[in-house]
Amino acid sequence: MNHISPVIWQFPVKWMTNFPLFPPEASTIAPQMDALLFFMVLVSLIGLTVVVLLIISFSILYNKKRHPVAEQIEGSILLEATWTIIPLGLFLVMFVWGAVIYFRVFTPPANAMNIYVVGKQWMWKIEHPGGQHEINALHVPAGRAVQLTLISQDVFHSFSIPAFRVKREAIPGRYTTVWFEATTPGTYHLFCTQYCGTNHSQMIGDVVVQTPEDYRKWLSNSTSGVSLAQDGERLFASLSCSACHNARPNARGPNLANVYGSRLTLSNGQTITADEAYLRQSILNPSQHITQGYAPIMPTYQGQISEEGVIALIEFIKNLNSDYRIQQTLNTTDLPPESEGKTPPAAQAPAAKAHATQGRVKK
Amino acid sequence: MSTNTIVSLPDQETARIPKKNFLTKENGLLSWLLTRDHKRIAILYLITTTFFFIIGGAAAALIRLELLTPTGDMVSSDTYNKLFSIHGIIMVFFFLVPIAPGVLGNFLIPLMIGAKDVALPRINLLSWYLFVIGGCFELYMMIFGGVDTGWTFTTPLSTHYVNSHVIGAAMGIFIAGFSSILTGINFIVTIHKMRAPGMTWFRLPLFIWSYYATSIIFVLATPVIAISMVLIMLERVIGIGLFDPTKGGDPLLFQHLFWFYSHPAVYVMILPGMGIISEVISNFSRKRVFGYTAVAFSSVAIAVFSFFVWAHHMFIMGISTYSALLFSLFSMLVAIPSAIKVFNWSATLYKGSITFDTPMLYAFGFIGLFTIGGCTGVMLATLGMDIHVTETYFIVAHFHYVMVGGMVSAFMAGLHFWWPKMTGRMYPESLGRLAAVILFIGFNLTFFPQFILGYLGMPRRYHFYPPEFQALNVLSTSGASILAIGYLLPALYLIWSLRHGAIAGNNPWQATGLEWQTQSPPLTENFTEIPIMDHEAYDYAWLERQSRDNRREEAPSAE
Amino acid sequence: MRGWNARAGITGEKRRPVPNNQAIVPAASEPAGAGHNEHPSYLLHHFQSVEQQADTSNFAMWLFLLTEMMFFGGLFTAYLIYRNWYYLAFVAGSHQLNVVWGTLNTVVLICSSFTMAMGVWCAETRRRSGLVLCLILTFILGLGFLGIKTIEYSEKIEKHHVPGFHYNLSSFLDPASDPEIFKEYHDKPLPLDIARHTELYFSLYFLMTGMHALHMIIGIGILGFMIFRARAGAYISGHVTFVENFGLYWHFIDIVWIYLFALLYLISRH
Repeated sequence: MNHISPVIWQFPVKWMTNFPLFPPEASTIAPQMDALLFFMVLVSLIGLTVVVLLIISFSILYNKKRHPVAEQIEGSILLEATWTIIPLGLFLVMFVWGAVIYFRVFTPPANAMNIYVVGKQWMWKIEHPGGQHEINALHVPAGRAVQLTLISQDVFHSFSIPAFRVKREAIPGRYTTVWFEATTPGTYHLFCTQYCGTNHSQMIGDVVVQTPEDYRKWLSNSTSGVSLAQDGERLFASLSCSACHNARPNARGPNLANVYGSRLTLSNGQTITADEAYLRQSILNPSQHITQGYAPIMPTYQGQISEEGVIALIEFIKNLNSDYRIQQTLNTTDLPPESEGKTPPAAQAPAAKAHATQGRVKK
Repeated sequence: MSTNTIVSLPDQETARIPKKNFLTKENGLLSWLLTRDHKRIAILYLITTTFFFIIGGAAAALIRLELLTPTGDMVSSDTYNKLFSIHGIIMVFFFLVPIAPGVLGNFLIPLMIGAKDVALPRINLLSWYLFVIGGCFELYMMIFGGVDTGWTFTTPLSTHYVNSHVIGAAMGIFIAGFSSILTGINFIVTIHKMRAPGMTWFRLPLFIWSYYATSIIFVLATPVIAISMVLIMLERVIGIGLFDPTKGGDPLLFQHLFWFYSHPAVYVMILPGMGIISEVISNFSRKRVFGYTAVAFSSVAIAVFSFFVWAHHMFIMGISTYSALLFSLFSMLVAIPSAIKVFNWSATLYKGSITFDTPMLYAFGFIGLFTIGGCTGVMLATLGMDIHVTETYFIVAHFHYVMVGGMVSAFMAGLHFWWPKMTGRMYPESLGRLAAVILFIGFNLTFFPQFILGYLGMPRRYHFYPPEFQALNVLSTSGASILAIGYLLPALYLIWSLRHGAIAGNNPWQATGLEWQTQSPPLTENFTEIPIMDHEAYDYAWLERQSRDNRREEAPSAE
Repeated sequence: MRGWNARAGITGEKRRPVPNNQAIVPAASEPAGAGHNEHPSYLLHHFQSVEQQADTSNFAMWLFLLTEMMFFGGLFTAYLIYRNWYYLAFVAGSHQLNVVWGTLNTVVLICSSFTMAMGVWCAETRRRSGLVLCLILTFILGLGFLGIKTIEYSEKIEKHHVPGFHYNLSSFLDPASDPEIFKEYHDKPLPLDIARHTELYFSLYFLMTGMHALHMIIGIGILGFMIFRARAGAYISGHVTFVENFGLYWHFIDIVWIYLFALLYLISRH
């Protein structure tokens, strides 16, 4: 060892001590996935060992020198059946196990807190409902179910947190969701794993898992002062949504209070649940998502609103438990409710912001 | 030679390459470029696919060199993106898909079934020209700036967000696709209509069954990649909006169309290899393949099932969970016939008389590496697992295990096995075995660390990476340098053997196929008269009687 | 399977493979129709008989048509999905197509399939002038189809309904601005977000009919070549495979058109 120059030696030492062989398990689903991995590795190892042992032992026992005359054997239905049914059984076990985990990863619990993620070339913009905005970083509390609602502004990206064993594509034009519950405080890698252009490798960041107290502290330190819902309320007014969605009896548009999560019947007879995807579609492609009983007069806002804007609007609508805030927006918009509301006026006066911060929007 | 080889060469003092053979029939460049002889076309394919392999390999070498260090310090990100895109496009469309059908399929199918040529020889030549023209588009694309979309051309990245030569690359693939289609049609028709008298379906070598299955996929799947490429080109040039979410299009539609071809394509890449392995294992254990019918039907089953699994490349893309279930289930099912084959090959060795010539060593390597690749494929088909390892180096390791560890090993086995038939010369055996071992070691060293990297979470297509992944990347690159030697060595000694190799004679391997019952290299018309097939495939007893009769005929006075 | 596989050998009659340097009289089958030992000049060397050759190329043609089905299949898949999602836009788009021209085109193509089938019959029954006439009629009908298509396409170009080339939505936002079509369908104005999706309809329209037209052009080109050869006496001396296989191709194009007509022109008609 002394003969090897210390300069060269430092590299192997650094590698041996620093390089990981296995990712940390930092979420509730991670151990389940690792268990599945170990099962499959075990089955593969056994299968491989069987095959390799067979080959090696047959090669030794039946090599030409030892066994000069080959015995012609046609086959054996029994053997074929055995080595069809046993792998099939094992694969079906893996299929069911994997399917269960898949359902778990993509079926969030009802109490999951939602965080929005907008991917764009080449960064991740993370929007917390309380108004915290992060770039390439995601702070989450440990021990709490967190759902991510993802969308891309341009091309496909994929939001990957190896330590949590979750990954989900961010698709342009549509929301996707994934959830996790982090267990261990710490900082973990965040990668974009869908090739998205020149700086794909740069689209990485940190997922910071904090204890609940630290998380609360972080929330209050990092807020921009305006929650997403408040942002959405401002947009609601400035885009004159309240011209039609104004909770009056003769309103041209349906009342949006408590609409989130409800079952709606559309004008084509379909019944759907008004989730984030529906809300987004009804802002950008309203004419095919009209609630029954209303005329298809809602204009499309495609091209006039960014993905963050849509998210803000959705947060606003999600938090509407009553007509109160809608009424507030009527006080702040320039246009009278009777106008079609087709052309969104310029950004609102400061008076709107003062009204908007009156009373926190309930979570 | 010693007893651990089956090779039986004629007396080197008196043996000569037969003067009249397909190589000497006519001379001159035009006689090659306008040939209708399936064997000459096979040689043409061998030269051009090797050329593309070198280009793809060079790109791979540069990639692995860049990945030695965690920072992107050798090339720029744009260049790196172009390198892996070119590596993928060239290796998939211009090496792996055409090589086994184009080289070994073209050369051997008519010989094995007892025909004088393929059914449509001029179409066969057209196939090769289409392949070359498609390749020229790719060369143009590479020289004039490259393409950086990845070989998967994901929209909307490839249609609206890159400035590289997507249209050139897509056009090359479109044209090369027609090469595959015509080859597939040719093989299906040849196998159906040109078999020698007595050559029933179940007397066909398993090689033919595999190539038949491959051709089914060529015919049904390749047109879909053609239309996908057309749509990409049109979307770039005109903006038709089919994949543009701002116009109402669905970018995921492209992926469905793309993977509808690209998944069966990977079975196009492996099925011929499986056919080769059946022949090699049988010959070097002197036994009929165990469970002939099972292996034959498994080949066709793989081809059929391969059409039902494409969305397993899209599990996290937001497809419905119910369709994901279906695709995962079918992906499990498609693995079963492959497993059946592996077990049948292993059982073939039982009570055989085994020798360890170079093709057999490659075949053993194939079985081990394909098993690992296949098992990791099942891991990927498992929905829950796929969430974590998709789009990471785990996938890269998986497909290199099946494609390189599997198909390339099998192709090397086949190339060595039929080299004496194609050229009349034997390659140097000890160098051959050495190369097989070097390839196996180098390959494992290159790609096994990538499984670990993948599970750690290192994403694919990354120019630079977090420093803690460096050690495994260094291991991988060092393996790649060994692997390169494993490719270089055969290139050198095979070329050397063209002049200096031992004369092989008709049947140096004592094999049973019809191709071995004629001279090496074969006549242009393969057989002076169409043989009559009156025995089963892999009938070593028949072969024994043959050689006894031949010996008795040649030396009647000795009786 | 065919006869030349069934003859010889399976009954257990053993026969040694012949060493290559021995000349043996080949046991060839009789060529169809020719009462002589020599093979017809059009029998290629790697085939055993004329039936094998004809059968082979016919089978190959069917396989090729299968690949064409898969090729169009990609476009039909896209159509299926987008028509399902954007039905209203597709209906509005299809109203822009002239059903009269479309029906005329369908009739033209069906007639051309008839003349093509007649041509094949003439070739099989060795009627040279009949063959030439049928091929010429098919040629003319094919050109007629393309001519009508040109008229239709130029209408679309004038109205700026070509995706990617200043695509114009006014016909859908305000159908009254297009009096001819409004008279027939009395469409209601479409909202902007639905109207935008008509561009997808026209993309598929041009893709599907354009791809079809490309196949027609190739077919007409080959027809021209065949007319030239038929006048010189080809295809009527027993070797009809070229005409037969082309006939298959032509019928295939016809069938594709019938699907296109139904899917693109007749969306809202019951």
